[in-house]
Amino acid sequence: MSWIDAILQGTLLGGQYALYAAGLSLIFGVMRLVNIAHGDLIILGAYIALVCVEMLGLHPLLSMIIVCPTMFAIGYWMQKLVLNKTLGNDILPPLLVTFGLSIILQNVLMEVFSADSQRLQSGVLDTASLQLTDELTIGWLPLICFVTAVIVIASLQFLFYRTTMGMVFRATSDKAEIVQLMGVKKDRVFALAMGIALAVVGIASVFMAMRTNFDPSVGPGRLLYAFEAVIIGGLGNIWGTLLGGIIIGVSQAIGAQINPGWQQLAGHLAFLLILIFRPNGLFPRTKD
Amino acid sequence: MSNHVLNQPILYTQKLTAFYGDFQALFGIDFHLNIGETVAIIGSNGAGKTTFLRSITGLLCNEPSSVKFSGQPIGASSPDEIVKLGIAMVPEGRQLFPSLSVEENLRMGSLSGRSGQWDLRNIYELFPVLKERRHHGSMDLSGGQQQMVAIGRALMANPSILLCDEISLGLAPIIIKDIYRALPAICSEGVTVVVVEQDIRQAMAVSDRVYCFQEGRISLEGRPDELTTEAITHAYFGLEDAVS
Repeated sequence: MSWIDAILQGTLLGGQYALYAAGLSLIFGVMRLVNIAHGDLIILGAYIALVCVEMLGLHPLLSMIIVCPTMFAIGYWMQKLVLNKTLGNDILPPLLVTFGLSIILQNVLMEVFSADSQRLQSGVLDTASLQLTDELTIGWLPLICFVTAVIVIASLQFLFYRTTMGMVFRATSDKAEIVQLMGVKKDRVFALAMGIALAVVGIASVFMAMRTNFDPSVGPGRLLYAFEAVIIGGLGNIWGTLLGGIIIGVSQAIGAQINPGWQQLAGHLAFLLILIFRPNGLFPRTKD
Repeated sequence: MSNHVLNQPILYTQKLTAFYGDFQALFGIDFHLNIGETVAIIGSNGAGKTTFLRSITGLLCNEPSSVKFSGQPIGASSPDEIVKLGIAMVPEGRQLFPSLSVEENLRMGSLSGRSGQWDLRNIYELFPVLKERRHHGSMDLSGGQQQMVAIGRALMANPSILLCDEISLGLAPIIIKDIYRALPAICSEGVTVVVVEQDIRQAMAVSDRVYCFQEGRISLEGRPDELTTEAITHAYFGLEDAVS
């Protein structure tokens, strides 16, 4: 039963990783941009949530009402004012600029909030659990996080395949130059995509801050999980990121079941194995 | 050839130049297009035909007054602004969006927001095969059908001017005939057309006037019935020997 429990807990943890990855997948899917600052933006969202909780007295889940629009605005203007200028045939400039943004974000957060570890207290949700059987129990918070991840990914899928905006996103992803001949401002499309991606990051931030401690230096670790989930699922495949997140989560849980020290290692090993045998991920969408 | 040509320029370029980095691709092109006209641009590979169209559509930036549309300088305008003014292009190689279905590709053309007679119904009337295959992926179509989608997508912008870049490239002769058969219907709706072609015979057959490009310059201009084979051959290849 302990193995079933490990798989169940790992699956729920995968929802958290999928939330980290969904924004990254969207950004890569639309503009082929690898955002090195993604992890630090997750931490930025967590600090915005912290401010909301401490200053307004909001429950962490309610803080999303402020965090998500704020992150959308940050994403939109960051893309419009900075990242759009780096996009072109050369993939190096956006990599370098987002790497620079990552360092700037870490240092600014360190300066403003110090290196002290923080966590959002969510009251009864911290410990509330659901008894499935005599031996199987799942926490409400991980369950809410997982359900949210499924809803977010389903919403992104709907946005991409059932709306005009999604059609424009896909067309821009295919041929960014030609889409301009349709009367579309590609810079605005990129800014919107980044805004939506960071709104999703806002959701991931709040759940992360409720479930684990964070400080300004832990962003790169979140980026790593997001990358692994995106690559396992297949570049540009939104549902694939959920599967990628679950695979990492379950691998970590199984690793921890074997030996508590193997938790992180097991997740990375699963990623490595998939990278060796399916370098384009399990369900790749992109052709290049 | 068009029946409704007005001797009134809708588009003209003045001393238009274009560069790719340090490489100069166009040298002082003076070109004009009258309302309702069908103009063909011929020339060999690398003559600057596609660069010329890219300059008009804003994909290559120029001096503002080097391109004028209805008297308005558009040389420095962005592609999305230019298509909203009424200049649409069928790009070389069709350039459909592979992730989108046939119908979605066509709907992309209407995003410029221009109103007019061209909508999905009219496009399907012009190319009935597209209606049957509207839910298919655009890459599942044959080359000819893809070209129909590319033309339909451009028409969905309800343009005043339609620029067609090498629409016969890579297609079987019978398919090319089908594609060109749609041209009179398009012109009759008041669309002014520019056709870039390497197939001289095809270009001469459909156009009111012809420009020949050679190494980034206009080497010949005139009505098809005024131009001799020798003159065209010389202007096209730039070789005295080719005439004989």
